[in-house]
Amino acid sequence: MSAAVEVPEKLVGKPIKRREDPRLITGAGNFLDDVRLPGMAHMAVLRSPYGHANIRGIDTSRAKAMPGVVGVFTGEDLKDVNPLPCAWQAGKVQNNVNTPRVLALGKVTHVGDPVAVVVADSRYQAEDALAAIEVDYEELPAVVDAELATRDGAPQLHENAPHNVVMQWSCGKEAAEVDAALAAADVRVSERIRNQRLIANAMEPRGSVGRYDAGTGEYTLWATSQAPHVHRLLTAAFVLGVPEQKIRVIAPDVGGGFGSKIFLYFDMPLVLWLSKATGRPVKFFEDRSENYLHTAQGRDHITDVEIGATKDGKITALKVKTYANLGGYLSTVAPGIPTTLYGRMVAGCYKIPNIHVDVTGVYTNTAMVDAYRGAGRPEAAYLVERVCDLVADATGVDPADVRRRNFIQPGDFPYDTGIGMLPYDSGNYEPALDRALEMVGYQDLLKEQAKRRADGSGKLIGIGLSSYVEVCGIAPSKWIGLPGEGWGAGLWESANVRVHLTGKVVVTTGSLPHGQGHETTFAQLVADELGVPYDDVQIEHSDTLGTPFGFGTYGSRSLTVGGTAIYKSVAKVREKAKQLAAHLLEASPDDIVFEGGKAYVKGSPDAVKTIQDLALAAHVGYDLPEGMEPTLEATTFYDPPNCTFPFGTHVCVVEVDRETGQLEVVRYVAVDDVGNVVNPLIVDGQLHGGIAQGLAQALYEGAVYNEIGELVTGTLNEYAIPKASMVPVYELDRTVTPSPVNPMGAKGAGEAGTIAATPAVANAVIDAVSHLGVKNIDMPLTPERVWRAMHNA
Amino acid sequence: MANTVTAPAKVAVQMTVNGTEYSAEVEPRLLLVHFLRDNLGLTGTHVGCDTSQCGACVVDVNGASVKSCTVLAVQADGAEVTTIEGVAKDGEYDPVQRGFWEMHGLQCGYCTPGMIMSARALLRRNPNPSEDEIRHGLEGNLCRCTGYQNIVRAVTYAAGEINGTGGAESVAAWEQRVAGQAS
Amino acid sequence: MFPNQFDYRKPSTVQEAIAILSSDPDAKILAGGHSLLPAMKLRLASPSTLVDLGGVKGLKGISVNGGAKIGAMTTYAEIRDSKELAKAFPLLGEVANNVGDAQVQNKGTLGGALAHSDPAADFTAVVLAMGGSVKAVGPKGERTISADDLFVDLLTTSLAADEVLTEVSLPGRAGKTGMAYEKVHHPASGYAVVGVAVVIPTGTDGVPDSVRIAVTGATSKATRATAAEKILSGKKLTAENIAAAADAVADGLELNGDHYASAGFRKQLLKVHAKRAIERAAAQVS
Repeated sequence: MSAAVEVPEKLVGKPIKRREDPRLITGAGNFLDDVRLPGMAHMAVLRSPYGHANIRGIDTSRAKAMPGVVGVFTGEDLKDVNPLPCAWQAGKVQNNVNTPRVLALGKVTHVGDPVAVVVADSRYQAEDALAAIEVDYEELPAVVDAELATRDGAPQLHENAPHNVVMQWSCGKEAAEVDAALAAADVRVSERIRNQRLIANAMEPRGSVGRYDAGTGEYTLWATSQAPHVHRLLTAAFVLGVPEQKIRVIAPDVGGGFGSKIFLYFDMPLVLWLSKATGRPVKFFEDRSENYLHTAQGRDHITDVEIGATKDGKITALKVKTYANLGGYLSTVAPGIPTTLYGRMVAGCYKIPNIHVDVTGVYTNTAMVDAYRGAGRPEAAYLVERVCDLVADATGVDPADVRRRNFIQPGDFPYDTGIGMLPYDSGNYEPALDRALEMVGYQDLLKEQAKRRADGSGKLIGIGLSSYVEVCGIAPSKWIGLPGEGWGAGLWESANVRVHLTGKVVVTTGSLPHGQGHETTFAQLVADELGVPYDDVQIEHSDTLGTPFGFGTYGSRSLTVGGTAIYKSVAKVREKAKQLAAHLLEASPDDIVFEGGKAYVKGSPDAVKTIQDLALAAHVGYDLPEGMEPTLEATTFYDPPNCTFPFGTHVCVVEVDRETGQLEVVRYVAVDDVGNVVNPLIVDGQLHGGIAQGLAQALYEGAVYNEIGELVTGTLNEYAIPKASMVPVYELDRTVTPSPVNPMGAKGAGEAGTIAATPAVANAVIDAVSHLGVKNIDMPLTPERVWRAMHNA
Repeated sequence: MANTVTAPAKVAVQMTVNGTEYSAEVEPRLLLVHFLRDNLGLTGTHVGCDTSQCGACVVDVNGASVKSCTVLAVQADGAEVTTIEGVAKDGEYDPVQRGFWEMHGLQCGYCTPGMIMSARALLRRNPNPSEDEIRHGLEGNLCRCTGYQNIVRAVTYAAGEINGTGGAESVAAWEQRVAGQAS
Repeated sequence: MFPNQFDYRKPSTVQEAIAILSSDPDAKILAGGHSLLPAMKLRLASPSTLVDLGGVKGLKGISVNGGAKIGAMTTYAEIRDSKELAKAFPLLGEVANNVGDAQVQNKGTLGGALAHSDPAADFTAVVLAMGGSVKAVGPKGERTISADDLFVDLLTTSLAADEVLTEVSLPGRAGKTGMAYEKVHHPASGYAVVGVAVVIPTGTDGVPDSVRIAVTGATSKATRATAAEKILSGKKLTAENIAAAADAVADGLELNGDHYASAGFRKQLLKVHAKRAIERAAAQVS
């Protein structure tokens, strides 16, 4: 370090306010429905009103004659178009893959299954014409419950899937070995634990705009997409059979996704096909009620768990049998969620010597189920955190001590849980637990709880803990890609960092935001590492034209994988700049110091070449070292060596009305360890939002189907996502255990809140009434369920 | 019952939107939100649901915040309408916009225009709202990203700017109250 | 999200509105539109003509003179913010402030709420408990319908299709009157899972006469809880009497249930919230 060279203040770690916001707070954002093209027509979708039916015939003649109608299309018209692919065929499901066709052909498997479409001059006209399409259905018996669907005599959805089973998958030790451990345990507990079905509810519904250019033969698709490169690949090569280079996919500003915009949906290839068929650009933007019926949903597990423990609360055995409801067809990565991302995470942050997990994936007459914020890990965390409380209840050991006694210890990392997950990268679980208990005032709360229970005063108090670990930064390709187990492709990320002649920096990345603030975070990183002003860094993303291939944004992987690709590209640029500086300063590259955007010869800080000088020199190119190519840029395709494993402890305190079961969350404390943090403002925001979603699963949300497959909670009038008045203040703190996996030491923060919050809240509510003998209550923990638990106990 | 044999007569509407007067002939069924977005190209007002819950479409009509998906364009005939595009004046953000930027009151930004419009209406009625009043006053607006805490902070910030106690100061005071309740 | 076609009429007098309604049985009145337009957007309702009362003069406004007269097109926001009502009937502002959300309050009207008779609306029960009445104008002239006779069934009132509800009257009282409304919000819709409105008028002796209790949310329409009323009427407001009345609140009522709250649970909620409402109202007169 030399005092003479001024090093700009580091931005990493600072709460920089987001550069995305000016357009979004002024109404100047550009979302899918804002895309307007000359001559654009609008698509409306006729959907199955039946959970399960054969289509005997469709008459579109009347609809075709309606005002403004450009065309009416059914599955018959798209017979030659391939079904959508299922990319992640975990559990060796090859023999019974049933994915949706672009439009249903011959049968429908859930209410909302797209049967026909109208393309018209306006959406109003397209909707009018839907009423004039006549479909002759033969209604079939339906089944919506995953366990019931596997029983003899249940309605069969697909010929190639007897008992509606998608796959039988298992991990961990042999069942017999775990049975023996259970038999030998001091204490045995078993419970049926449900993880109800959720609807993602990104505030922006999904949509697509397709344009076919007859002159060039090129297609452009605008889509609400978390993964435009993947959507191009799947649309081109798997569905339409169009050469991949002829399709360009653009994700405009995306209004939230939470997983639901990862997958390929019927409308993406369809609007392109329709644009070619009609000669008009075609827009589809689903209504919220359509979103409820057909955009992929999340969770929906029924699990029977058997637990063995010692008298002092050490968990010795865990046997898990889960039915995972995957809906009427397989969505893009559906089988991977209840297997790799759930089954292999059920150990949580605990050393459990004997684990066996069985997962049965099942077709039912419901909307497809796929990744939803957390994707598998919330189900796993909910299970093991309920297990901890069940053990506490059975042994009389304090729930905090059960967790403490079972924690994987700091010296154990990297730690292999023995159930097929990659080794946990780093961790130190007890300080987060201690800090959370201290913040919430655990001992005082226990006293107050005991007092109110004893004297009947006030509302009942419940305290719920959740010490979670999750897997982020997915994933090493050789692990996640393994056919039959993984998803048959990589999960690396890419970035190009280009310093222009003027010294301005353009980063193109395959990673993209839908609310996470990539443009800000990535620019902070580049500004620091390259020593350029923050405002000189432009982050470009979301368009397959002009960005290198990327797998998309999910699994809390943008910074850890996408960010590392940028980090490494900057390092390459810096290295080239050093070589060039050495040439210009007539020194050996080994003697060049590069800091704060300036290069100089060690010991001579007065003669500097700034990164801008070097960019200019690199571009004009007349004075370069022998063999050096002009320009200053580098590309990296980064395949992570491991995943990252954020962790922490959340504590929730609830008060329960003894007479009505009405409950209020009175405290919510979250101590998270997401490794090093680039932008604390953004990370806290991710945690807040995650907690709200996790809390909402515990208290409010749940998709309910009736016996014939109708979605009873089909609008926002019945399905409760939280309002501002329905969530508490979140009290946050952090511990910092850097990840050794990536150079930033980051672990990921996008899903942690959701994963942690559901068990914390549920455990709190159940704890509030546990003195009455209540062991478990199914989510959502509505006042009625809590009241009934109190009164039936 | 679709009654589409003869299309109903179009109706003339005239309204002032963000200070500019517009007139058009529209179908009676055209929703105000579609008139703003499709006829006038003011796409900052969003559609997030079809049951009048989410509030992404909130605009001011004659000084009152309304859900423009639940108002017919013809009902707004003769009205003064303000949309998110009309909030900043001469390139200067409104205090609520500043609050949302400063306090990270948005992530994906889809609910944000409606949220800002509702927050402005809330502060017009009550320039010094408590946290409960903010949460209650925003019940007509759903946000799926933020968990609302930073929206509460954003509105608290804006209130501070409007009522003279200062944006950052008001948020700091709120945070102190929260910490006080916690301990 | 895209309603069917309809004709739009904006009369400037009540008589003109009645004429349109008389000539077209499928015409519907558009007041605040916050129940009708959402149904039309989902194509669950497709009226041939909308008769927008927004242009009819004289349908808005609040006057208090012992009792209160509230124009049918008066919005919840106007009720919420009325200084006159805050003095005479503070309960009305409190209820209005908890209907839907701020935007619903800006558009939704009292007359619309009563004419729609939503089974989970708030003001139906409140007006019923207050012993209110509405003025209805039709081709044959004007009539007054007491709230007791207005709500017939689910989404059904005794208003004829060509009658316009123009005004709501709430009676004043000579002695002290306690009033309260207790509501459990549905977490999604904000409507009442149950709501209990209680009005306790007292004579000079402090003993309540003709107590009125109405429930909403749990029945097909806002309904009087007559069994509970009888227990309290003419008796002292002792803890014992209040508990007995609250316990009887659902007696004789046919309660509905759904996936969120069963009929059995609604009964429990009614009892608890009836007790709380009676206690609050009683506190105002003791």
